[in-house]
Amino acid sequence: MPDLHGFSDQLLLGLWMTVRLALSALGLGLVLGLAGAAAMSAPMAPVRWIAHGYTTIIRGIPELLVVLLIYFGSSVVLMAALRPFGYTGYIELSPFVAGSIALGLTFGGYASEVFRGAFQAVPPGQGEAARALGMGRIHIFFRIVLPQGWRIALPGLGNLFLVLMKDTALVSVIGLEEIMRKAQFAVGATKEPFTFYLAAAFLYLGLTIVSMAGLAWMEKRANRGMPRARAS
Amino acid sequence: MSSETTAAPTVLAVENIHKRFGEIEVLRGISLEARNGDVVSILGSSGSGKSTFLRCLNFLETPSAGRIHLHGEEIRTRRDRAGMLRPADHGQLTRLRARVGMVFQQFNLWPHMTVLSNLVEAPRRVRGLGKAEAIEKAEALLEKVGLAERRDYYPAHLSGGQQQRVAIARALAMDPEVILFDEPTSALDPELVGEVLAVIEALANEGRTMLIVTHEIGFARDVSTRTLFLHEGRVEEDGAPAALFTAPESERLRKFLSRHLH
Repeated sequence: MPDLHGFSDQLLLGLWMTVRLALSALGLGLVLGLAGAAAMSAPMAPVRWIAHGYTTIIRGIPELLVVLLIYFGSSVVLMAALRPFGYTGYIELSPFVAGSIALGLTFGGYASEVFRGAFQAVPPGQGEAARALGMGRIHIFFRIVLPQGWRIALPGLGNLFLVLMKDTALVSVIGLEEIMRKAQFAVGATKEPFTFYLAAAFLYLGLTIVSMAGLAWMEKRANRGMPRARAS
Repeated sequence: MSSETTAAPTVLAVENIHKRFGEIEVLRGISLEARNGDVVSILGSSGSGKSTFLRCLNFLETPSAGRIHLHGEEIRTRRDRAGMLRPADHGQLTRLRARVGMVFQQFNLWPHMTVLSNLVEAPRRVRGLGKAEAIEKAEALLEKVGLAERRDYYPAHLSGGQQQRVAIARALAMDPEVILFDEPTSALDPELVGEVLAVIEALANEGRTMLIVTHEIGFARDVSTRTLFLHEGRVEEDGAPAALFTAPESERLRKFLSRHLH
């Protein structure tokens, strides 16, 4: 990597922060996505309404606003919640935590729909065969339905992850020092916007290429035993 | 029902099963008692309710009314708000299901697992067998259905007949007291039917208790100890295959046989 007036180390630190943010949002988002998909097919109607409300709100609000609402909203909510216990100090989530929550909520909202479609695509006979052998619901979900649904969901989830990774740039607005924020510092100091925004673009592009290679490997792995992947 | 004093113990007793889907009553009161070693073939044209009946026995379909006993233990049910029967005790139901094997028309092998894993999954996780023991048992069963060398294949790499033989081995791996076969050869190419029927016949010769819904009239005649003919959700005829096939009492069975015996 070129020296870039001594800012290359700073950009690499930003890259590392972007990776950490993307991965923690991904972890939260996958859990929320699975929970959302399960809730959408729950027998209790209110649970289904909550899940549909969640995906509707998330899909209806720009990501930038979700980031801002979580960052500033969490302070208001936390302080109001702690006031009855006598705590009157100022509280706010760190930009990293707020960003992870905001991007995780976004990923989870879209992932709920991806998972829901994927689980519906697993033939009912798969679960029936398991029930007929005396397997319980949780066992069936984790051993039979999830591995097969995962294979179907993977391309859709991969797309969502690529979008998520670029959305991490939005968290620069609440001060997280990821790639975008570091590039802005460098631009301010050197007055060379094109150089540093181009460098940032290459970093995002590099992350995307690495992610795509990882996804291709995961898809290949998930397709073991499928007719398309005939090996012998 | 036999009145012999030396009769084998009753394995499965089914009383007056009804099933309705909305306004349509698919099963209108079917009873059956299967004794140890009975091979009961269940015939009927499509829509007669024979598959639904079989699926009610392990509650893959919930009967609207009726009772089911396995070795004298009744599967406890309750009525939900819609008036349908529900299993009352999920623990009991899964325990009983583990003792009733089922083989499906579409095999329903798990495509993401190898043949061996398909056979090991339920014995290990439902019955708590150790890994080595479960694998040893699975290998013996694969040997039995003639597929020992396919243990590491995925189901998609097997023919339909081989997949169904694996599915039979998967059911056997739980040491079931009864095996339910739901049209086990209907999804197979004609040249693959024989290998599956041969496996089922070998099981019959071992004295296993089995209920077989089938369209293979010749097989039912030669292998079963008893035949039920269903029509519109009722038992139209019930008896020893020798009598039933040579001198059917009902006109419907006569027509059915003439359609299916070429």
